[in-house]
Amino acid sequence: MNDAVIQLDSVSKIYGKGEAEVRALDSVSISIDRGDFVAIIGASGSGKSTMMNIIGCLDGATQGTYHLDGIDTGTLDEFQLAQIRNRKIGFVFQNFNLIPRTRAVDNVSMPLAYAKVHRKERRDRALEVLDSVGLAERADHKPSQLSGGQQQRVAIARALVTNPVLLLADEPTGALDTKSSHEILDLFESLHANGRTIVMITHEADVAARANRVVRFQDGHIIEDHRIRAVNAHPMATAVPA
Amino acid sequence: MMIAESVRFALTGVMANKMRSILTTLGILIGIASVIVLLAVGAGTSNAIKAQIGKLGTNVLTVSRQTTAGGRAAGGGQAVTGPRSRGTNLTLQDMAALTDPVMAPDVAATAPVVTAQNVTGTYQDATHAVATFVGTTPSYFSISNDTLAAGSYFSDGDASSGTAVAVIGNTVAQDLVGSSVTSAVGQTIALNGQNFVVSGVLAQKGSSGLNDPDDIVVIPYSAAQDKFTGYSPSLASITVQAKSADVMNQAQNEVQMILDARHNVTSANRDYQVRNQAQILTTATTTTATLTILLGAVAGISLLVGGIGVMNIMLVTVTERTREIGIRKAIGASRGSIVSQFLIESLIISLIGGVLGIAAGYIGSAFPLLGTQPEVQWWTVWLSFLVSAAIGLVFGIYPANKAAKLRPIDALRYE
Repeated sequence: MNDAVIQLDSVSKIYGKGEAEVRALDSVSISIDRGDFVAIIGASGSGKSTMMNIIGCLDGATQGTYHLDGIDTGTLDEFQLAQIRNRKIGFVFQNFNLIPRTRAVDNVSMPLAYAKVHRKERRDRALEVLDSVGLAERADHKPSQLSGGQQQRVAIARALVTNPVLLLADEPTGALDTKSSHEILDLFESLHANGRTIVMITHEADVAARANRVVRFQDGHIIEDHRIRAVNAHPMATAVPA
Repeated sequence: MMIAESVRFALTGVMANKMRSILTTLGILIGIASVIVLLAVGAGTSNAIKAQIGKLGTNVLTVSRQTTAGGRAAGGGQAVTGPRSRGTNLTLQDMAALTDPVMAPDVAATAPVVTAQNVTGTYQDATHAVATFVGTTPSYFSISNDTLAAGSYFSDGDASSGTAVAVIGNTVAQDLVGSSVTSAVGQTIALNGQNFVVSGVLAQKGSSGLNDPDDIVVIPYSAAQDKFTGYSPSLASITVQAKSADVMNQAQNEVQMILDARHNVTSANRDYQVRNQAQILTTATTTTATLTILLGAVAGISLLVGGIGVMNIMLVTVTERTREIGIRKAIGASRGSIVSQFLIESLIISLIGGVLGIAAGYIGSAFPLLGTQPEVQWWTVWLSFLVSAAIGLVFGIYPANKAAKLRPIDALRYE
């Protein structure tokens, strides 16, 4: 096993058949190392969302193999995939996707409930992670009582609570104002500085510029793979003040 | 996924749409309550009828002459011997034999019955067609569970000497003499033109709906033979009281053995028949059981409708919360956790409905309905509870499965 968290070999995702065949991903191979901060960019329809679904084990590849943390995901059944999503991946979505009418602390602790962690331990762990994203005092607020930036930070706390090997963010700043966007990106950078592996999908060039490596998709192919900084470089050193 | 957690998630779901949950619960509540109330009405009716028959005596056998030709024809070829010299009559000697403590240890008392049809009573200007006219001995009263409202019974001496006295039922007393039944005592009434002095009025038994047990005139058997049927050694029937309701069958066997011997017949060619109050009770019970099943079926249908309501609401809930299901799946919920969450949600709705329905059923059964006091059967309570749980499971499983089968990417994309 090498140190790659994500290892895609000739992965294709094909919708339809014959004439109507659409290759959302066409034989994509990529390897993402532990501790890296990768931005996946591309226009809509470029395949980056399909890429996100496959990396996140939300959808399976039509062809090729995908190893996540050394595990061949193609061999797993539905239950095992649910466990993989629970233990190995933390999702951050554009629309936050918090459970409505549910307190921040309960949203954050929810993945732990599916991991069969005890109630008391769950709560302690959730509060700890909420504190780390700066929302300790909002633990008992419902999503509707939080601003967009705060909701996204709750979502990040939820993604981190199981201590996953991969933080997978889909347009994490897409629904936020500039100030909140900066705060979220700063948070990502500090997580990366602490060794977290992050894959972020975005269509904004300035957002992508915060990553170490930028992968550009077009028509289901990788057309550019550009490294800005070394894998474990600490971008906090050059980060704009929060 | 721990069950406690599923319950907590499910409760959140139920509370999220309070009005909807309450209305769905109401569907189950009404179904369960109507099952309990209607079955209680069935049981109440059944018990009321049993009590009525009980008042008439549950430990009573009636020995009557066989009027069909079957017994005679079969016995026709045999030599007629011994005590059967008077053909197929039931005699006072037969009756006396039935009280033999050795041969019939389970017989407590006997009374002869001589009847006449179309007896009309008159008192001054009032007339009344008597429904039941009985000539007997005083033991008849205790066997029939009769009690006196006023006056007294006639004596054994009156019975054998044929004194013209009568004990009348409440209906007869009211029709002939008027509202104050006690004033009837001591009056002279005419029965088919024959004068009788009213010695007593019986306490009211109450109608069982089919016939009026209070529409009765009881006179000494010898008086009935003298003045109505003409002298005949044969009685219409013999009323036999068993020592208790439990020994009815033994008493019946003893009566049959004694009479078979005296009449020189066998079970194949009997010239008399023994009727058992228990058989009448069985008939009545069968009738009310049919009624109960019918009522239960109607209530069951309303319960089914309630169950469909649960399913309907759960399907709406699943559709409405597609996105939530997607999120839960993305953060690691397995199919099983999603199924249990929604299944428990429908269970909670139907169990709350069930428990409230049981309470409503109890309250509803406290009031008289259809002329009877409903009696809640404990087993219907358990049954209702189990049925409401089953409804939650059966009608919840499809929506829950539908939720669990959603693909996370489709569910997340759902707006």
